[in-house]
Amino acid sequence: MGYLRPILALGLFVLFPFIIRSDYYTHLVIIALMWVTVGTAWNLLAGYTGQVSFGHAIFFGIGAYTAGLFHSKLGISPWWGMAFGGLFAVIIGAFVGWVCFRLRGPYFALATLAGGEIIRLIAVNWESLTRGMVGILLMPSFKSKLPYYFISLFLACLTILCVLLIMRSKYGYYFLSIREDQDAAESMGIDTTKYKNISLMISAFFTGTAGAFYMNYMGFIDPSIVFSLHYISIMTILVAIVGGVATTYGPAVGAFIMVGVQELFRSAIFGLAPKWVSQAHALVFGLLVIFVIMFMANGVVGDWKKIARLFGRS
Amino acid sequence: MEVFIQTVVSGVLIGGVYALIGLGMTLIMGVMGIINLAHGQLMMVAMYLTFVLFTYFKIDPYFCIFVTMPALFVIGILIQKYLLNPLIKIESILPENQVLMTVGIGTVITEIARFIFTSNYVSIKTPYAAKAVFIGNISLNFPMCVAFFIAVFFTLLLFWFLLKTDIGRAIRATAQDREAALLMGIDTSKVTNLTFGLGSALVAVAGTILLPIYYLFPDIGGPFTLKAFVITILGGLGSTVGAILGGVILGIAESLGATYVSMGYREAVGFVIFVLTLIFLPGGLKRITKI
Repeated sequence: MGYLRPILALGLFVLFPFIIRSDYYTHLVIIALMWVTVGTAWNLLAGYTGQVSFGHAIFFGIGAYTAGLFHSKLGISPWWGMAFGGLFAVIIGAFVGWVCFRLRGPYFALATLAGGEIIRLIAVNWESLTRGMVGILLMPSFKSKLPYYFISLFLACLTILCVLLIMRSKYGYYFLSIREDQDAAESMGIDTTKYKNISLMISAFFTGTAGAFYMNYMGFIDPSIVFSLHYISIMTILVAIVGGVATTYGPAVGAFIMVGVQELFRSAIFGLAPKWVSQAHALVFGLLVIFVIMFMANGVVGDWKKIARLFGRS
Repeated sequence: MEVFIQTVVSGVLIGGVYALIGLGMTLIMGVMGIINLAHGQLMMVAMYLTFVLFTYFKIDPYFCIFVTMPALFVIGILIQKYLLNPLIKIESILPENQVLMTVGIGTVITEIARFIFTSNYVSIKTPYAAKAVFIGNISLNFPMCVAFFIAVFFTLLLFWFLLKTDIGRAIRATAQDREAALLMGIDTSKVTNLTFGLGSALVAVAGTILLPIYYLFPDIGGPFTLKAFVITILGGLGSTVGAILGGVILGIAESLGATYVSMGYREAVGFVIFVLTLIFLPGGLKRITKI
């Protein structure tokens, strides 16, 4: 893909809120853009480096709680969370990496899965700090959705651009070589543990920043939202694999599809379907995982030719 | 001191059941090389099956093993055959797509259970639920003792099966070296199906004997999946002896944690063990037991 189409798409996104003057659709696009950030960050780690994380909620939640606690405990603007949320996520990420990357095998996937649960339990039980299940509430800084829209858009673009540049640098080739053949990478003199850690930290940074943005935008978090296995960790994986693992724009496409699907079912297909459909949300997620893995293992972008053929265009 | 002994003993009892759950997972891990993240959810299916049989047909929960075991065995084989095996042929960049698939399966099972039974907590009331067995000053919950002995029985049965029968040997051979096993004339894909069925059947037994002790709700699968993989990591991937030790250790640790730290962190004990294992004993107990 050349430079033309991404720039055209960016132009459309800049104009979007001025053309569609609807808070509802702007909200959906803000959320989708946030998922673009998280999905792209996950993709760097899992898609390009081959280390599948089942617990990106760890980093997302740390970012969100950083922003929230800055507000509730330190009394400073939660926007500082955008600067520090990513950093704290990196620190946690470094610890997770230190524990898991010394071993090969499914340890990393499991440790992230377990890590998500540990940190959720801590957030629920450490009530003096996090207020447990009561959650943290703050007043949004802006009434209009426009500032959030452009922050979200900026974050998404920044993440995609960073990942793009990283993958074109020396580091990118190291990451790919680790994914393709760890032994070969090691025999070429690549310190695989170190580069896996670097990939994890970059991924954690962007995810944490997105988490802090979520806190600022939504104004409310509790452990069951931001540390949720289904709604954050699995959603992240879905965003990336529906769009296309290890493709530059795959997670971006996936984010819009997934937010669309989520909203479609949350609103029970615009209220047309019976009410139980809105509760079938998690079921749809599960079915989608099964369907995507079986029939579209490389996602919409990766399997685009296959999909196009299906609709009769070669 | 009495409190301590009481805590340890009840930890061992529940640990026996955990061992059974961990064994199923470690068998699957050994043969297929993947962690089955729908393991606890399969247990939940067995529990609901027992619940229905008890509530509507008045069948004693312990006799339900004869229903739940074969039922889950068949379900396990079907999942392996139609959902997991086809993935081997699919070209994909992600190495973990079978694991991801099990997450999807687990979610679907949980949500189906939620549709049928709603999210409400249920439990069964057996006449012996409140009975206690006394050994000296230590009182033991009767259903828990029964659960422990059934778990031990099935564990022994499994070892007999793995060590003495041809199919058991085939499973062990496949776990050691798939290609070599294939060259020796073992139908490895059949063995894989069978192993998944066997793992599911073991967890079905665990679910059935846990029902008189536990309450039941659709989301109960998740925590047990996590317990199972903590046991698998602690025991060492694919190690059956390790899984038994791991199960008992987890049981004792949870029990101690609940008594001396806080009930709220009971679930977190397993994760602490998990992290400590990865840091201090990577490779798990297998490195010590060698089997």
